[in-house]
Amino acid sequence: MSRRRHSDENDGGQPHKRRRTSEPIEIEDRLESLICRVGEKSTSSLESNLEGLAGVLEADLPNYKNKILRILCAVARLLPEKLTVYTTLVGLLNARNYNFGGEFVEAMIRQLKETLKSNLYSEAVYLVRFLSDLVNCHVIAAPSMVAMFENFVSVTQEEEIPQVRSDWYVYAVLSCLPWVGKELYEKKDVEMDRLLNQIDGYLKRRQKVHVPMLQVWTAEKPHPQEEFLDCLWAQVQKLKKDRWQERHILRPYIAFDSVLCEALQHNLPPFTPPAHSDEALYPMPRVVFRMFDYTDAPEGPVMPGSHSVERFVIEENLHCIIKSHWRERKTCAAQLLSYPGKNKIPLNYHIVEVIFGELFQLPSPPHIDVMYTALLIELCKLQPGSLPQVVIGMRFETEQTSILFSLFRFISWFSHHLSNFQFRWSWDDWADCLTVDLEKPKPKFVREVLEKCMRLSYHQRIVDIVPPSFSALIPAEPQYHYKYGDESSLPGYAVAIAVGNAIKNRASNEEILTTLKELPNPNQEEDDDEGDGFNPLKIDVFLQTLLHLAAKSFSHSFSALAKFHEVLKTLTESDEGKLHILRVVYEAWRNHPQMISVLVDKMIRTQIVDCAAVANWIFSPDMAHDFTRFYVWEILHSTIRKMNKHVQKIQKELEEAKDKLEKQQHKKVWKDEDEDGQLEEQIERLQEKVESAQSEQKNLFLVIFQRFIMILTEHLVRCETGSVDINTCWYKNCIERLQQIFLMHHVTIQQYMGTLENLLFTAELDHHILAVYQQFCALQL
Amino acid sequence: MSVKLNALFSDSYIDISQYRDQHFKGNRHDQEKLLKQSCTLYVGNLSFYTTEEQVYDLFSKSGDVKRIVIGLDKIKKTACGFCFVEYYTRTDAENAMRFINGTRLDDRIIRTDWDAGFKEGRQYGRGKSGGQVRDEYRQDYDPARGGYGKLAQLQRTSDVQHKF
Repeated sequence: MSRRRHSDENDGGQPHKRRRTSEPIEIEDRLESLICRVGEKSTSSLESNLEGLAGVLEADLPNYKNKILRILCAVARLLPEKLTVYTTLVGLLNARNYNFGGEFVEAMIRQLKETLKSNLYSEAVYLVRFLSDLVNCHVIAAPSMVAMFENFVSVTQEEEIPQVRSDWYVYAVLSCLPWVGKELYEKKDVEMDRLLNQIDGYLKRRQKVHVPMLQVWTAEKPHPQEEFLDCLWAQVQKLKKDRWQERHILRPYIAFDSVLCEALQHNLPPFTPPAHSDEALYPMPRVVFRMFDYTDAPEGPVMPGSHSVERFVIEENLHCIIKSHWRERKTCAAQLLSYPGKNKIPLNYHIVEVIFGELFQLPSPPHIDVMYTALLIELCKLQPGSLPQVVIGMRFETEQTSILFSLFRFISWFSHHLSNFQFRWSWDDWADCLTVDLEKPKPKFVREVLEKCMRLSYHQRIVDIVPPSFSALIPAEPQYHYKYGDESSLPGYAVAIAVGNAIKNRASNEEILTTLKELPNPNQEEDDDEGDGFNPLKIDVFLQTLLHLAAKSFSHSFSALAKFHEVLKTLTESDEGKLHILRVVYEAWRNHPQMISVLVDKMIRTQIVDCAAVANWIFSPDMAHDFTRFYVWEILHSTIRKMNKHVQKIQKELEEAKDKLEKQQHKKVWKDEDEDGQLEEQIERLQEKVESAQSEQKNLFLVIFQRFIMILTEHLVRCETGSVDINTCWYKNCIERLQQIFLMHHVTIQQYMGTLENLLFTAELDHHILAVYQQFCALQL
Repeated sequence: MSVKLNALFSDSYIDISQYRDQHFKGNRHDQEKLLKQSCTLYVGNLSFYTTEEQVYDLFSKSGDVKRIVIGLDKIKKTACGFCFVEYYTRTDAENAMRFINGTRLDDRIIRTDWDAGFKEGRQYGRGKSGGQVRDEYRQDYDPARGGYGKLAQLQRTSDVQHKF
């Protein structure tokens, strides 16, 4: 399948060699291949392929039954976009071999239990859906399926469980109804009505505090961002009103009805949902992302309405295709574009909506961001001109209402996408942003886009691609700002020259420090003995000169930092020193945000500054001017990520050492005290390291949240006393930044909830700020 | 339960290619082993004018970049159209192979491939004229890579000389 697609030299991917022997292993592989590939493009019809395959498998059952069972269970779990193809296959096999059908159902139930235990909730949904569609194939008796659904829904009656648990069980039931609602209602309408009433009651009483945090746009127009269960419920209700008539799902089993209705059905064994445990990690709630509706796609088929079940099924299937093929972008694009039934729907719009829905998903997309860029480029290649580009641009015009998080990801995507298409864009469409204050959201948005575009190209390119009227929005040329260049009147100028010469003459770290000794300390009233305390002038003179000499490229600057690491460490021993070095870097490179980013990164990694210093610097008054710029937030998030990775790394080392010790102790016939002792010592040291790293991590978050609270409170108080509306652009930006921190690092933050609640997010806090914290808590209730 | 389904989840973009560094110190097996664990990528078909900054920005999209070494003409010591990108983790490098390989940088389709690891000296072109070997023999005109290939340039010069 995917083996055939990568013959193009430029794009990587190698064709696999085909094996030609036919030993048992090869037969098993062949079976796997046959089963996986059924339903692909073929010269014969799907029905005859299924018929043929059923025959082959039936014949192989005596020798390869277990293998076939395992493969079928795997495709049920891993290929949900081909659900009905495989349920039909199982139906045909069951009709030919009743026992096999029974064994398959049992294997599926076992698999379902295991996936639930392993916290694989999306796969569990696919398994439940598969079982429910088996009712349509006469493999499973409808009443027993209804009984399973009743057990699922009864989870809503459990006490003291997280809401996300009952959410999942309700979702699992509702998401099967497009496939099997009709059949279940025909057989058991009373029970189904009761079920749906229970669900209705549950949905009415459940909490929705979390919703504002997950929305992409704040406005209700043009597309309301609905909570996922609410949306699905509306879709199911509409389906019920339409008497369960559903026309989108491909149902190959209909063609085999005469064969299948002769088959004997199995009853599902009674299934009790596993009890809640602390290890359970239920999926987080979601908001349904919409950017199109039936008024879009003017030419061609109409887009199904937002509450139609077709919309749900199409989106589910497209998400599944991406989940299966994200690693191979050409295959993924081809699979998306060959979606069955594509002639009746505006497929390109659906694809674009699903892709952006994933890209903007909070807290994070299911796959790495850059995958979506690569995928969209492939789609553009296959369907040039039909990617609704104009539409995308229009949608994001409304950035007044765009949540920052998604805006950030959109700008990253958009600039990267443009760089693959010679930056061709109808910039004039955004000309209206030139007439407003540059700090307003729209011009800010364009400035950020141009800044990102510049990083992938160069300044003159940006000047060339935008109309001349846009010049106010073009980023500054990324030049170094050397304060000691011509300013002979500045204190330290003479030493700056001396240091510059010393560096050019390959002076040692010691010699540099000696040269710097000449500088007075503007911070001190009496000289201390050795003048080793925090001296901002020394830092200024040295670093400004060093970075000036190394300004040519990143590599030059990194070399410079490495070469004079000793000097820098000496100068920045104190916290104030660390803060000041960041200030100097900013002053010198303020026109080159990318350089500031990489230098800060390097300085953290080489321990010239620590993470808390970076956090304090970002919130300091010096940075107030750039506070709302995206690069500042990139730096902060990158800093937090480094801290998290550092903790994880040491934790991993600790686990490995512990494992090693255990293995050692098991292997020994007699104890080797020395070796064990050494390892135990190492474990103790690592344990200390972990604790110290975690303490640093907790402190970092405390600093960040504390500073947020401080500046937000200041703003709120000021507005209140001045009777001014609090909702300024700055405030909106800041609150969303705070939400962003919670969302992006929720796993780590959850460890420190106790401390956060006791120290910072107390009841005395302004309710605007506390609301953010409460929304975050509601995500895993 | 966990059947792998090899037929399904192909991940061919991260496979190692046929290229083997002829100057590699060690046997084929050693080189392949390193390629399969490497966090370093070779990046080719860059414009001579592409900067380290641009490479950083693009390749940071698949993870934190540890180091970039821009390839240099051995004689002129100027950029000659390739570089090495080293990541901290293999996963990040794999994502670059999946999603950045075959896309554009400076309007050119760039190509990434696994590299056994940067060693001093490997930053220099191995062509006779100092740049990359591919620029010795190519016949097309590429303004971003010094115009015509070196051999073609020599031929043109000698053609011109004959005219006079």
